Amino acid sequence: MAFLELTHITKRFGAVTAVDDFNLQAARGEFVSFLGPSGCGKTTTLRMVAGFEKPTAGQIKINEVDVTFAAPNQRNIGMVFQSYALFPNMTVAGNIGFGLKIAGTPRTDIKQRVDEMLALIHLPKFGDRYPYQLSGGQQQRIALARALAIKPQLLLLDEPLSALDAKIRLGLRSEIRRIQQELGITAIYVTHDQEEALSLSDRIVVMNMGKVEQVGTPFEIYNFPQTQFVASFVGMLNQLQCTVVDAAQGVLSYQNQQLATGAPLEFPDGAPVRVFLRPEELHFGNGHGNNELNCKIETVSFLGATVRVELNLGDTTLMMDVQNERQLELPQAGQTQVVSFPPHACWVVPES
Amino acid sequence: MAQIAQQETQSPALAGFARGRFSWAWVGVTPFFIFAIAFMILPAFSLVTGSFQDRQGNFTLANILGLSQPFILNAYWLSIRISLVTAICGGLFGFLLAYAVTIGGLPKFARNSLMTFSGVASNFAGVPLAFAFIATLGRVGFLTALFKTLFGLDIYSTGFNLYSFGGLSLTYMYFQFPLMVLIISPALEGLKHEWREAAENLGANSWQYWRYIALPVLLPSLLGTMILLFGNSFGAFATAYALTGGSLNLVTIVIGAQIRGDVLNNPGLGYALALGMVVVMAVSIAGYSWMQRKTERWLK
Amino acid sequence: MRKAGFWAWLWIILGAIYFLLPLIGTFMFSLRARRDTLSFAAYSSAFSDPQFIESFGFSALMAGLTIIVSLVLIVPTAYWVQLRLPRLRPVIELVTLLPFVIPAIVLVFGLIRIYSRPPLALTGNAFTTNILLIAGYTVLSMPYMYRAVDTGLRAIDIRTLTEAAQSLGAGWPTIVIHVIFPNIRTALLSGAFLTFAIVIGELVLANFLARPAFAPYLALLIQNRAYEPAALTIVSFALTWVCIGLIQILGRGRTDQDRAFTGPT
Repeated sequence: MAFLELTHITKRFGAVTAVDDFNLQAARGEFVSFLGPSGCGKTTTLRMVAGFEKPTAGQIKINEVDVTFAAPNQRNIGMVFQSYALFPNMTVAGNIGFGLKIAGTPRTDIKQRVDEMLALIHLPKFGDRYPYQLSGGQQQRIALARALAIKPQLLLLDEPLSALDAKIRLGLRSEIRRIQQELGITAIYVTHDQEEALSLSDRIVVMNMGKVEQVGTPFEIYNFPQTQFVASFVGMLNQLQCTVVDAAQGVLSYQNQQLATGAPLEFPDGAPVRVFLRPEELHFGNGHGNNELNCKIETVSFLGATVRVELNLGDTTLMMDVQNERQLELPQAGQTQVVSFPPHACWVVPES
Repeated sequence: MAQIAQQETQSPALAGFARGRFSWAWVGVTPFFIFAIAFMILPAFSLVTGSFQDRQGNFTLANILGLSQPFILNAYWLSIRISLVTAICGGLFGFLLAYAVTIGGLPKFARNSLMTFSGVASNFAGVPLAFAFIATLGRVGFLTALFKTLFGLDIYSTGFNLYSFGGLSLTYMYFQFPLMVLIISPALEGLKHEWREAAENLGANSWQYWRYIALPVLLPSLLGTMILLFGNSFGAFATAYALTGGSLNLVTIVIGAQIRGDVLNNPGLGYALALGMVVVMAVSIAGYSWMQRKTERWLK
Repeated sequence: MRKAGFWAWLWIILGAIYFLLPLIGTFMFSLRARRDTLSFAAYSSAFSDPQFIESFGFSALMAGLTIIVSLVLIVPTAYWVQLRLPRLRPVIELVTLLPFVIPAIVLVFGLIRIYSRPPLALTGNAFTTNILLIAGYTVLSMPYMYRAVDTGLRAIDIRTLTEAAQSLGAGWPTIVIHVIFPNIRTALLSGAFLTFAIVIGELVLANFLARPAFAPYLALLIQNRAYEPAALTIVSFALTWVCIGLIQILGRGRTDQDRAFTGPT
């Protein structure tokens, strides 16, 4: 039995369906991200797990207890908000210890736990400060400590890093993962930032317009997207319009060239299809066995670790990512180059 | 500052600023300051000096000491009492009203109506307000007559009297409630709903949320505004005068009588009264500002 | 938003009763001018009183002049403080707080003390006393007027607008007429309506400077008549409602803190 079970969760606001038949089974200690654009229903689902919204249909079970309609203060869930939501009238220690105070824990035990939490988030001397004296990153760590102090059975994070600077975001991101793994606590993380979701999660739930598009590990989601939305939302995607030439051999034709896909296709000969390619799977030069295309270089953007090249194929544009190397000779705009990719890099879907 | 200097050197007429001295801006604000000095600071100052002068113009502390006469002390005590009562009751009920339309979840039109009405009611004070209460609760007022015909009850026989301390307090509420509503509503709306959710998350119920978080956060605003209400009531003249015709000896009424004629047999005493009033108002405004700053610091 | 509970409805209903009863009472009272029937006789009687027309006209005129004087004093000041003299801001804000510290009764006391004796005798004749009255009204409305203009200027980031205009070659008159005033028109109108409401209802200055304004007229009327004051009270309330209503309409989108206005009591 899974630790957290969401079954057929649906939420309607009047005529609008915010969440449509959401299903998830999460194991204890698993880090699951809800990833999707604004308005896709990820925050609404999270709030239903927290108890701030009641589902229109469906069931939520935590550790085999049905909590679908339980009050938020009965669920023993810790939540971290995008805006930190630290209580401004209390010190850091007061904030962290608040849940324990409500539960009636003796004062000495509260103090001990608060010190433990402060050590966990690497802010040991901050107990007497007030939230307004702290930076955003510090406040969010305190918020995390506050949520964890009550030893919740589930940790919910609602876009906790969106309000922070990019640099702080990176550091805090790994902090959150480290703490989650150290404590072995089940976590649900809502974000619209795919890099965050990919780097942190054990599994990702990709959502769009209230529906679940795909559930899988980061590797699965990125390399084997099951819907066009997932493919285009996560990472960049190139598209080529081709026609099937030989389905059994897996050969397609693109403009006047033939492309091998390395595996039999389920489409009839002559059917129009679309081929998706990731930018990092394109390379300059010929590789034996690879498909080759002649392209004209439009623009070259040096991004640091990556060099992003925009290629013109006549009727389409391809984006290509090349790893930076010091002795690399950067391609020039206007050059014509041969670009190749291996057959298995092709992901073929029917032309809809 | 360098930016300003640079900007001004681009305009020939203001090139003088680069030399660091002359600026048209100072000319621009001068009329304001002249006006403020002529019609606010000088009059206030003259009252201050007047309270330290005797009839011949010599320096004396007699006027200040004269404030301790029973008649004057009673006036201050009466003013303080009515200001305290209307500040506390006005503050409490005003808070409840503001709560009802913000967090309390009443429909939008209730909030908008209350806000507009509060803006109107707080400006309605003075003669019209006094008359409205006379026409309603006076000896031949609408409600008074209604009670007589419907319930056979003469409210004046129960000891109620509009032209008394109680009646005046009731009338003052008409602008104290709205003032509280207008000032405390933004503070109530400033209570982030995430605080409530975070508190619920951590196991708190509604009462615990209010006790540990919402009320402590609101307290400076509440207290500060009640102090403001106190000052507002203390300095009120028109409503009291129109309602009681000067029979209630509030400090403002006594000052008014003194302006008309030398009722205190000592003009300096009148000035001292005015000085005392300014001190009370200044303390009140300072208290309110201090509380506001405290709130802002927390809610940065 | 959570649904409203019993208590919320209770407070608002109690509040409504308290606020509406005096108005209803006054209105019913005003309809009883003719014995045994309800009529608007009190209203026509009140309006046809020449002294009403005179006093209301006088107050309206004073209000208009006060608005002009206020604007002339405050707008440049607020502008210059925003643009060039930010260090003066605390000083100015302190000055605009002074009218709260000096209530009307104290103000008029001081004004009379200084300006009733030579060489500054302004209380000698009607014209100069009116000037004193206007000055007093300007003082009373100053905090609200300043706040309205200041908020308006801040909302439109007057500094950047001025710099943009200058970089496009505009001179000062152009900037004032075409950049500043149009953008703060709403704030100016709000301040003007509030000043109007304050001046029309103001008693203390008018009374002690012995000027024929509306509020003293109403106070006198109360002692002599019964129904006409009721009618005028209702009219007064309606007028205040119109002023504040217009401010609300103009100020849609601002926070309520800016609308926390109250007049002299």
